[in-house]
Amino acid sequence: MAWTWFHRLASPPHVYRTAERLTPWFAWSAAILIVAGLIGGLYLSPPDYQQGDGYRILYVHAPSAWLSLLVYTTMAVAGGIGLIWRMKVAHAVAASCAPIGASFTLAALVTGSLWGKPMWGTYWQWDPRLTSELLLFFLYLGYMGLRAAFEDVQRSDRISAVLAVVGVINVPIIHYSVVWWNSLHQGPSVMYLGKPTMPPSMLVPLLIMFVGFTLFFAAVLLMRLRGEVLIRERAASWVREVVHS
Amino acid sequence: MTPRRRRLVLVLGILAGVSIAGGLALSAFRQNVTFYFVPTQVADGKVHPGESFRMGGLVARGSVYRKPGSLEVHFTVTDFKHQVPVIYTGVLPDLFRENAGVIVHGKMLPDGVFLADQVLAKHDQNYRPPGIHQKWGIDHGDPRDPALNAFPHRAAAQVALNAGSAQ
Repeated sequence: MAWTWFHRLASPPHVYRTAERLTPWFAWSAAILIVAGLIGGLYLSPPDYQQGDGYRILYVHAPSAWLSLLVYTTMAVAGGIGLIWRMKVAHAVAASCAPIGASFTLAALVTGSLWGKPMWGTYWQWDPRLTSELLLFFLYLGYMGLRAAFEDVQRSDRISAVLAVVGVINVPIIHYSVVWWNSLHQGPSVMYLGKPTMPPSMLVPLLIMFVGFTLFFAAVLLMRLRGEVLIRERAASWVREVVHS
Repeated sequence: MTPRRRRLVLVLGILAGVSIAGGLALSAFRQNVTFYFVPTQVADGKVHPGESFRMGGLVARGSVYRKPGSLEVHFTVTDFKHQVPVIYTGVLPDLFRENAGVIVHGKMLPDGVFLADQVLAKHDQNYRPPGIHQKWGIDHGDPRDPALNAFPHRAAAQVALNAGSAQ
């Protein structure tokens, strides 16, 4: 009884229809929050005492970096579930995550680089935080490359899932790189506990952006998942019904 | 053992193995993965003579001197235990200021002066509007504190700073 929800998750038509139903909710709430967060962050919040208006790239940079880690963790967990329970839908989730995560990682690297030039005085340094984030980008690319290298979907699911699980070690390294080592990058600004590092007028838009980006990821993941499930189940009769209806 | 449990153990085993290997590698490299040295490490001879390296610290208060008619600038980098004089010719980043974090790349000259070919400014994770320093209590009322926050050695530096100002 307790596991019925879990078994229903393994059913592709159920997942397809649930994803279809949930997508607009996530997409619209993400759109509203991101617009609100951008207005708050770019217009309503005060400039920084040292960086002036330049710090405002934080409102895109920090949520992108957070998503780059969250998406990878999602991908690794989904890959692990797919390996252990042989759940095809979990592999479809992992496969859908990779391009989204790679995009967020690239966004974090590019916005960070553009922020670094005026403030630090450099676009790029081989600093622990920057290097480990670049490694994350290559992990995503490697994952996608590995998937593409196999004709057989099941084979590519399993082998790429092992890569995703092994690569998850990089996630805590990225997060703690600024604590463990001397780094050019500053420490984390948003902590679960501890003193706030910015006043509410700056923090609230940032938190709104974090939630908005996360919901955006959920919406895009569900869209990609539907496509992924359709391709994988193309021989099934329910897919024919969906396509012809 | 069911096949599913065997796969569970296998995945957890991979995860544990990779974590242990990663942890060992990181602790072994801990000393080597250093983006910059602080002046105390330089004074302790952690850097080979004649080698290019990065040095991080605070720009000592009142130490910045700009040579008139050129881009040459002299300043002192300190970690409140040791100080190193630095010479640099070029454009400084926006956030370069006295008592703020800085990372310089270059070489030690035989006379103990650091000749920098690159100067990077380091800022901390605190953001606030201009002019409300004490209002919401992140910086203990000391305007020098934000700069110290940029460095992991801030606790020691803070102690040194307080000892210095008490004299």
